[in-house]
Amino acid sequence: MSKWLNPRSAFGLTLIIVALLALPFVAALGGQAWVRILNFAILYVFLALGLNIVVGFAGLLDLGYIAFYAVGAYTYALLASPHFGLHWPFWVILPCGAAIACFFGVILGSPTLKLRGDYLAIVTLGFGEIVRIFMNNLNAPINITNGAQGITLIDPVAIGDLRFSTTTHILGVSLSGPQKYYYLLLALAILVIVINLRLQNSRIGRAWQAIREDEIAAKAVGINTRNLKLLAFAMGASFGGVAGGVFSAMQGFVSPESFSLIESIMILAMVVLGGMGHIPGVILGAVLLSILPEALRYGVGPIQMAVFGKMLVDPESLRMLIFGLALVLVMRFKPAGLWPSPERKRAAPAAGASHG
Amino acid sequence: MAEPLLQANHVAKHFGGVKALRDVSLRIGEGEIYGLIGPNGAGKTTFFNCLTGLYIPDGGGFVFAGQPLLADAPHQAAERGIARTFQNIRLFGNMTALENVMVGRHVRTCGGVWGAILQNSATRSEEAAIERRAIDLLHYVRIEERADDLAKNLSYGDQRRLEIARALATDPKLLCLDEPAAGMNHTETAELRELIDGIRRDGTTVLLIEHDVKLVMGLCDRVAVLDYGALVIEDVPAVVQKDQRVIEAYLGA
Repeated sequence: MSKWLNPRSAFGLTLIIVALLALPFVAALGGQAWVRILNFAILYVFLALGLNIVVGFAGLLDLGYIAFYAVGAYTYALLASPHFGLHWPFWVILPCGAAIACFFGVILGSPTLKLRGDYLAIVTLGFGEIVRIFMNNLNAPINITNGAQGITLIDPVAIGDLRFSTTTHILGVSLSGPQKYYYLLLALAILVIVINLRLQNSRIGRAWQAIREDEIAAKAVGINTRNLKLLAFAMGASFGGVAGGVFSAMQGFVSPESFSLIESIMILAMVVLGGMGHIPGVILGAVLLSILPEALRYGVGPIQMAVFGKMLVDPESLRMLIFGLALVLVMRFKPAGLWPSPERKRAAPAAGASHG
Repeated sequence: MAEPLLQANHVAKHFGGVKALRDVSLRIGEGEIYGLIGPNGAGKTTFFNCLTGLYIPDGGGFVFAGQPLLADAPHQAAERGIARTFQNIRLFGNMTALENVMVGRHVRTCGGVWGAILQNSATRSEEAAIERRAIDLLHYVRIEERADDLAKNLSYGDQRRLEIARALATDPKLLCLDEPAAGMNHTETAELRELIDGIRRDGTTVLLIEHDVKLVMGLCDRVAVLDYGALVIEDVPAVVQKDQRVIEAYLGA
């Protein structure tokens, strides 16, 4: 841990903290829409790091991750909206959402324990769709999820009198709703980063990586692969559940549409493109993939006007075209991801003492 | 012989019509180096896989250290004190040599998720102990220089040694080596022999599958010969070498 004390790292860290704290105010100069884009970027960082536990660490290809996000989102929506007339506070609901998503993680995990690779991907994909279809149809005979209409008027996050839906003034600084969510999300994201980092270099994290590398050898050294795979599913799912809860509160509205297969694929793409199993890479992947389509949304139209003087191609289709091309190019030229785990080289003999 | 460490009682295993093991019974004494030889396809590796729980035997079973060995979960074999290496090396390729050995400590440690997240003092000291032990084991098999290299980048001989270190990390009573000298030259084989001898001196019983007859006969206290899944003979090397059936089946005239 002594590396944190060296002045250059300390300076860099301070700089990052200041930048992160100032970011929502800079983004607000371009309008609150940009703060919301930032918020989603952080939400995706959170989701991608949750999925990274399952895919990156334990090597279990999960294409239905969005199901846990949906479970968390609906848990929040049902417990804090006029739909059932319940208005629980968010710090009660978020752990509930995590626990319920965790339960679903185990439910999904247990039948897939013997599957690997493609087969696991297909089964998890199916599970993701099942959850969405359930949400879509659980409005009869008893109306639980309100079907395709979704649930509206979900309570925003509130701490005491501080409601996250409106603008407040603290010490002369005006703080908008999205800006407040930014800080909440940032805190949660830092928490999940720390958990990821600590798990990676732990007994459990090593066992996950061993399962990823060679399951038979992992069994032979005494790793209970069944329990550890379930643990990976459960942990990944809990993070998905928390993210879903925050999403619900932030949007004030959930419907099954938000939890389609493409969302699962996007989150997986963030993990894979960033650098599977490498935490900074996954963060980079999540930020880029969530911001790039939005930046293109705002950029493509004006650039066309400036260059050609008129709209040649519908900006909305061009945007996804460029986005797709970018993904293909990354996979072509950086197959291990944008920022993969460095191939560790033998440290200089003098540095060998750092093992103590 | 005193109470044997491992007793195999009438172990049988078949794959469809192929009888890979038929009624194999062995006794391996504590502190022995016990050789298992036989032509290709004789059932040696199948025997290993039954012993370490990768296969469930179709008949018979094992008694290890006085207790029957339940054949349903491989991780329990390691817990009971049976460690193994693989004929075609199975390391965790994208983890460092040190991490590979640290994984071997999994079964003798207990740190969980909460400990890892909270980094409490118990977890930290256990983690430090795991790392110290792993470094010691890398020294023991003489590849400490390669501690920070990814396992997949190690040379063939070093990979074999790393696999042995990882197996030793589980504190085994019985170490099962599946053709450790395959593909090694004379010097490497001599070093390996020294290593195995040292492991036995340090109190671990060794079960060795090997094709290198010179190595087996020179190193092992007792040798069993398998042919077509059946036990031909089990005796000291001097007797085995002179047995007519063994010469016909395996050693060649």
